[in-house]
Amino acid sequence: MAAVTFKDVYKQFEGMGYPALDHVNIEIAEGEFVTILGSSGCGKTTFIKMINRLYEPDAGEILLFGKQIRDKDPVQLRRRIGYVIQQVGLFPHMTVGENIATIPHILKWDKERINAQVDAMLLLVDLEPQEFKNRYPAQLSGGQQQRIGLARALICDPRIMLLDEPFGAIDAITRENLQNELKRIHTESKKTYIFVTHDIREALKLGTKIMIMNQGQILQYGTPEEVLAHPADGFVEELIQTSGVSESLLKDGDGI
Amino acid sequence: MIAYFMDHRDMLLGAFFEHLWLVCETLFLSIVLASILSYILLEHQKASQTVIQVFGAIYSIPSLALFALLIPFFGLGNATAIPVLVAYNQYLLIRNFMTGLTGVDASLVEAAVGMGMNRRQVVTKVRIPLAMPAILSGIRLSIISTTGIATIAATINAGGLGKILLSGLRTMNEEKIAWGTILCVVIALAADLLLKRFERENTLLLNGAGK
Ligand SMILES: Nc1ncnc2c1ncn2[C@@H]1O[C@H](COP(=O)(O)OP(=O)(O)O)[C@@H](O)[C@H]1O
Ligand SMILES: [Mg+2]
Repeated sequence: MAAVTFKDVYKQFEGMGYPALDHVNIEIAEGEFVTILGSSGCGKTTFIKMINRLYEPDAGEILLFGKQIRDKDPVQLRRRIGYVIQQVGLFPHMTVGENIATIPHILKWDKERINAQVDAMLLLVDLEPQEFKNRYPAQLSGGQQQRIGLARALICDPRIMLLDEPFGAIDAITRENLQNELKRIHTESKKTYIFVTHDIREALKLGTKIMIMNQGQILQYGTPEEVLAHPADGFVEELIQTSGVSESLLKDGDGI
Repeated sequence: MIAYFMDHRDMLLGAFFEHLWLVCETLFLSIVLASILSYILLEHQKASQTVIQVFGAIYSIPSLALFALLIPFFGLGNATAIPVLVAYNQYLLIRNFMTGLTGVDASLVEAAVGMGMNRRQVVTKVRIPLAMPAILSGIRLSIISTTGIATIAATINAGGLGKILLSGLRTMNEEKIAWGTILCVVIALAADLLLKRFERENTLLLNGAGK
């Protein structure tokens, strides 16, 4: 069964001359790490936000693990989906521990379970629980904040994670570490990850599949090797060439 | 001065507590009403400008005129004074509440909704705590304003320190006028200091120095 299925999904925002998503069809298999690549305004965020119903399609169907999402209560649906955004969105009036425990708290987990899970999540994102749990977001670096953002999204053990340019505002070295860790977390968890980026190196490094978008359409969906070897059209080819990433780089493996 | 206070202690303190009580009742009802209206306006942000403008217009009506207008409906005394004072406060409270509630960083609201908070939770867990400085400053302004305007309510028999001021004026008793004024200032200043302290503690917390 596919994790995510889009059937002829169409979305046009009010006052926009062209659709943000133009009859999109795709099936994403469970366990994939899909990186969505495309220039700004091509519909990447719209695609992601349709899955957790922050946006509703004008037409078409979206299925999550075989079930129509429009039949579900959006609030309940979102609690089972991890969501990470570039601005992180940590609540400044809550400690790190409270931030991570936001949804468990709402779900009324018992205290010990919350504590244990918060510690486990902090360890998962490579932060020392005792050192970080009681800090406030303002006392963290950008990279640490996004680690907390990840921990908060992971705590309910969602079957699917949506990440919208999570490392977009983070410096190159920290970013590299975060990428490695996210890759490790995904590999260990076997969950489905959908990750938006406009950095082709990041897309190639992290993705088991790459989805290339332009003007509301999916131009190509395939493994990094496929995309590099057989660009679907001129746009994809140009994207690869202008970024200076070549097949040889990919074969170096860790070189990217 | 002091001698006058000692001689008329019962009258002055009676008026003081009457006044304080009028302010407290007004404030309680004002905050409840403004909170309900703000909660509704959050879902209808286009209407909120209009509603704030209407209350702004009411706020600009001289209080004496507004009291006079309502006497035919509610008669003399608190029954008229309190609705008028509550109506005045709506402008100060709703304007500040809405500024605070809608001023919350959009990405925080997006994160909150995206992780699965419902509407009420987004308001109580994210918007209200982060709007606290604006909420407290609205309450502080409305206490000061109510303390002042409530003195006018004495003209329609609502009692309080206004009664002292009015009779002081009528008899040209300077000591009485002075004491009426001082006791008003005491209420306003005490409220001001208390709420400023809350605001300061809150700001420290919001800046992440809450430990
Ligand atoms: N809430 C919105 N209201 C109106 N237009 C929007 C909204 N969100 C996105 N759009 C428009 O839809 C198009 C796709 O946007 P988006 O999905 O955010 O692009 P990307 O994430 O790829 O940069 C853009 O032209 C954008 O201006
Ligand atoms: Mg985007």
